[in-house]
Amino acid sequence: MRFGVRALYQNKWAILAFAAMLALLIVVPLSPVLDKYTMLLTFIAINAMVTLGLCLLMGYTGQVSLGQTAFYGIGAYISAILSKTYGVNPWLAMLIAAAAAGLFAYLIGFPIFRLRGNYLAMATLGLVLVVYTLFRELGSLTGGPDGMSGIPHLSIGGLHFNTPATRYFLVWSFCLAALVLSQNIIRSRTGRALRAIHGSEAAAQSVGIDLSRYKVKIFVLSAVYASIAGSLFVHTLRFVNPQPFGFLASVMIVTMAVVGGLASIWGALFGTAVVRILSNEVLLRFGSLDIIVYGLILMVVMIFVPQGLFVGLRDTFQRWRLKRARQEAPT
Amino acid sequence: METGQFLQYLVTGVTMGSIYALVGLGFTIIFSVTGIINFAQGEFVMLGGMLSFILFDSFGLPMGLTVVLSIAAAALLGILLYLLGIRSARKASPVSLIVITIGASIFVRGVAAEIWTKDPVRPPYFTGSESLSWAGAYIQPQVLWIIGTALVAMIVLHVFFSYTTLGKALRACAISRQAAGLVGIDARAMALIAFGLAAGLGAIGGVVMAPHTTVSYESGVMLGLKGFVAAAIGGFKSHTTAFFGGLLVGIIEALTVAINWGPFRSEYADAVALIALLVILVIRSRSLSAGERAS
Amino acid sequence: MRKWFSLLLVVVILAAAIPLMGCGSEKEAYKVGAIFAQTGTNSSLGTPEAQTVEMMVQRINDAGGIDGHKLEVIVYDTKSLSDECVILTNRLIDQDGVLAIIGPSSTGESLAIKGIVDAAEVPLVSCAAGAQIVTEAPTKWVFKTPQSDVLAVQEMYKYMKSKGWTQIAILTDSGGYGKGGKAALESEAATYGMNIIAKETFDPAGTDMTAQLTNIKNTGAQAFVCWTTSQGAAVVAKNRADLNMTMPLVCSHGVANTTFITNSGAAANGVVFPAGKLLVADQLDDTDPQKDVLLTYKEDFEEAYPGKTADTFGGHAYDALNMVVEALDEVGADKAKIRDYIESEITDWAGTGGIFNITPTDHMGLTEGCFIMVEVVNGEWTWLKTS
Repeated sequence: MRFGVRALYQNKWAILAFAAMLALLIVVPLSPVLDKYTMLLTFIAINAMVTLGLCLLMGYTGQVSLGQTAFYGIGAYISAILSKTYGVNPWLAMLIAAAAAGLFAYLIGFPIFRLRGNYLAMATLGLVLVVYTLFRELGSLTGGPDGMSGIPHLSIGGLHFNTPATRYFLVWSFCLAALVLSQNIIRSRTGRALRAIHGSEAAAQSVGIDLSRYKVKIFVLSAVYASIAGSLFVHTLRFVNPQPFGFLASVMIVTMAVVGGLASIWGALFGTAVVRILSNEVLLRFGSLDIIVYGLILMVVMIFVPQGLFVGLRDTFQRWRLKRARQEAPT
Repeated sequence: METGQFLQYLVTGVTMGSIYALVGLGFTIIFSVTGIINFAQGEFVMLGGMLSFILFDSFGLPMGLTVVLSIAAAALLGILLYLLGIRSARKASPVSLIVITIGASIFVRGVAAEIWTKDPVRPPYFTGSESLSWAGAYIQPQVLWIIGTALVAMIVLHVFFSYTTLGKALRACAISRQAAGLVGIDARAMALIAFGLAAGLGAIGGVVMAPHTTVSYESGVMLGLKGFVAAAIGGFKSHTTAFFGGLLVGIIEALTVAINWGPFRSEYADAVALIALLVILVIRSRSLSAGERAS
Repeated sequence: MRKWFSLLLVVVILAAAIPLMGCGSEKEAYKVGAIFAQTGTNSSLGTPEAQTVEMMVQRINDAGGIDGHKLEVIVYDTKSLSDECVILTNRLIDQDGVLAIIGPSSTGESLAIKGIVDAAEVPLVSCAAGAQIVTEAPTKWVFKTPQSDVLAVQEMYKYMKSKGWTQIAILTDSGGYGKGGKAALESEAATYGMNIIAKETFDPAGTDMTAQLTNIKNTGAQAFVCWTTSQGAAVVAKNRADLNMTMPLVCSHGVANTTFITNSGAAANGVVFPAGKLLVADQLDDTDPQKDVLLTYKEDFEEAYPGKTADTFGGHAYDALNMVVEALDEVGADKAKIRDYIESEITDWAGTGGIFNITPTDHMGLTEGCFIMVEVVNGEWTWLKTS
C-alpha cells in the first residue's frame, strides 16, 4: 500500500495525513507561537531533498552512496560563484549547477554501475573527498575554508525571497514538488522497471531490463535533487563554506535516509525531520553530552526499527487498520 | 632527489600505511564474515591509543600492561558492539546495521571527548625517542614498532586463517554462511569472534601508533576512512590485498607531498591517493569481468 | 475518570502558578547569548570559551549580578557548522530574546551570521580570528576580540629579522586558521624583508608531517614557520626532532596551550612563538595595565577548573563577555545602547588579548604591542624580551 498521488484519492488516511502536514507547514511561519521553528523547518526541507535522492538511490540500486553531499556542494558552490562573483541570474545559475551535477553523476555512474559489485561506495567516497578538497583549496574561486558571503537572495519579478517566511515557503514548495515528482516517477515506466530491479535483479534482467541504465538514471536524479537543494541552501544562508559538504556530512545523510526508511519517499522527509529535530531541539538540553546521547539514540532506533521509522510506523498503522477491518467485518 | 631523501618519504609512507593496513584488515575481517561494514573500526584504533595513555597516566600502570589491557578492552568492546548492536537487531538489512555502527562510532567518540579529554594525548615511546640513522634517512624506533607490528599481525593472521581450525571456520563463513552452517559452523559465534578480532587489531594499531603521532577523540575518523579505502581495494574480501592496499595509500600520500608539483602536492594528498586507488580498482575489475566474459 | 481529570487540572494550575509566585520582587535577568563550537573541528576553541563563560556567570551572580540583575548566559553548541550557527543565532534572537551575543568560535561561522545580527540589530562580539569579520560589510553591529593574524605575523617577522633569518619556509594547515595565517605571512613578507622560499600545507588533524618537513629540510631555509593549533604543532615539533632537523621553528600564537608542551616533550624546547601576555602574566611588570586582568582571569579559571590552564581562546570569550557586562551595567537592557557603548566607551580597555581601543572604524581595537615573543625552555614558557 503506497501513498502515491493516485493512491491518495483511494486512501482517506493518506489524504488526512497529507492535509494535516500541509496545514501545519502553512501555519508555522505565520503563527507567533510556532514561527521560531521557521529556520529549522527550512533547513529540514533542504536536507530532505538530498535525503530523498539518496533514499531512492539506495533503495532501488541496493548500493551505498557515501558522496551525496558532493552534489549538494556542487550545486551550492556553482550557484554561489555564478550568482555572486559573475552576477549571473540565480535561477539560471541553479539550472547550470543542476546540469553540471547531473553530468558528473552520469560520468561517474556510467562506468560504475556497469561493473559487478558494490563500487558505488568507493566511487562516491572518492568524489566527495575530491570535491571537498577542491572547495577548500581553490580559494580565489570559492573563498577557501572560510567560504564566501554576500550571496544574493532569490526573487521572481517583484517578489523577493529574503525573509525567513518567504524563503520557507519557497524551499518547501521545491521540497514538496520533489516528493510528488518522485511519486510520479515511481508510478511511471521507469519506476516499474526500478521496482522490478528492487524486487529481484535476476528476474528483472530476464525480462530484458537493462539494470545499469536505470541505476544510472536514478543516480543522476539523486544528484540533481541534491544540487538544487544546495542552490537553495546558499540562497537561504547567503553564505557558503566547505564544512557541510564533507564525508561526515555525507554519512549523516545516509543516517537520515535509513532512519526514515529506504525506498520510501515520505520516509526521506520523515527521517530528515527526526534527525534534525533531535539534534536541534531535543539534544540541546544535554549540553555537551548531546553527541553521546545522539549516538545512543541512533543505535537504539535502528535496533528496534531497522526498516526505518516511517516505514515501521506505516506498517504498524496498516496492521492496526487491517485488524480493525477484520473485527468490524461480519464473519 | 637523493636516496636518503627518497627513503625518508618511503619511511613516512610505510609508517602511516601500516596503520591504514591494520584498520583495513579489521574492515575486511568483519565484512567477509558478516557482510557488515563496521563504521566504528577507526574508533577502535583511537580507543587502543587513548586507553593505553589513560591507564598509564591516570593509573600509573607500566606500559607493557597498559598495551595488553587496552587491546583486550577494545576487543571486548568489539564483542559488545556485536552482541548489543548487531545481534539484537533481528531483521535488519546490512544498511541498517551499518547505521548502527555509525551510531556506535558517534557514541564512542562522544564518550572519549566528554569522559576522558578533548585534548590530544601521547603515551610514552616503547623503546626511546632517539632517531636511528639509516642510509641517509632518520627512523624513529617507534616507527619500527609500527611497521614491525603490522607485518607480524599480517603473518600471524595468515597463519591463523590458513592453518588453524578456527581460522578456517571463519574463512568458510566468509565464502558462504549457508554452506558453513551446513557443516556445523555457528555463524553467530563466528561473527562474534570476527568483531572481537577486528577490534583487537585496530587497537593494536592504535597502541603502537599513539606514541608516534598523539591520539585524540577524533583520530578514528580519518583512520577509519583510509582503512576503508584499503579494505575496498581488496574487495572487502582479501586480507592480503587490504594490507598492501593500506601500505599503498600511505606511500601514495607521502609521495604526493614529496613531488610538490601541479596537483601532486600536500594540499591534495588525500584526494590523490583515493583517486589513484579508484583508478586501480576500476582497471582491476574491468580486467576481472573481461576475464569472466572471455571464459 | 472525572476525578482524575480534576486532579490533573489542579496540578496543572499549581504548576503554572509556581513560577509566577516568586516573580514580583526580583529584577529581570539580563539575557546574553553565547554560541561556541564545543564539538566538531573547532572544539579546541569552543570548549575553553564555553567554560570561561560559565565560570564568569557563576562569579558575577555570586557577587550580586549586574546592578542587581541576574546575568543569564544561554550557551549553545554550533558543532562547528555554519548552518547550525544560523539556526542557533535565530533561536537566541527570536526565542530567547537575548540582548547581545558573544561568539562564535570560527571565522566561517561568524561570517554566516553577520547578516542576521545586522538585520535584527543585536550586538555581536565574535571570538573568531578573521579580520574580515569587522572589515567587510555589514559591520555596524559586529565586534571581535581576538587579535588579527597580521599582528602576530608582524611580531614574528620582527623577531626573525632580528635573528637574521630572511630565507624562510612556511608550513600552514589547510583549515581556515592556517589559510588566514598563510595569507598574513605572505602579505607581510616584503615589509620585513622575508623571502618565502617554500610553502607546505597539511591536514590540521594530520598525524605525520615528516614528508612535508623533509621537503622543507631540503630547501636550505634558515628557519621555518608553522601556523596551526597546538595539536598539529606538537606533531610538527616531534617530527622535526625525529628528522634531526636543526632548522629553527617559529610557531603561531595557536600553540599557546600546555598540551603543546606535554605532547611534544623535549621536542618543544627551542620553539619560539608570539603569545598574548596571558602566558607570562605573573612575570609582567606591576605597571603593566593588563597584569590585573590576566592574573584575575587565570586564577578564576584555574580555580573553577582544577587541572586545566587558562588559555588565549578562553581569554577571547572573557574579554567579549566583560565588554557586554560592562555595557549592561552602564546602559541597561537596550541593544542599541549596548552597541553604542562598546563602540565608543571601550577605550584603553585592558583585556586578556591586549589594550582595546574600539572606534567606529575599528571594531576590533587592537594594534601592535598586544603580542610578546615566548620561547619554550626546559618545558616552560620563557618570555623573550626584545629591546
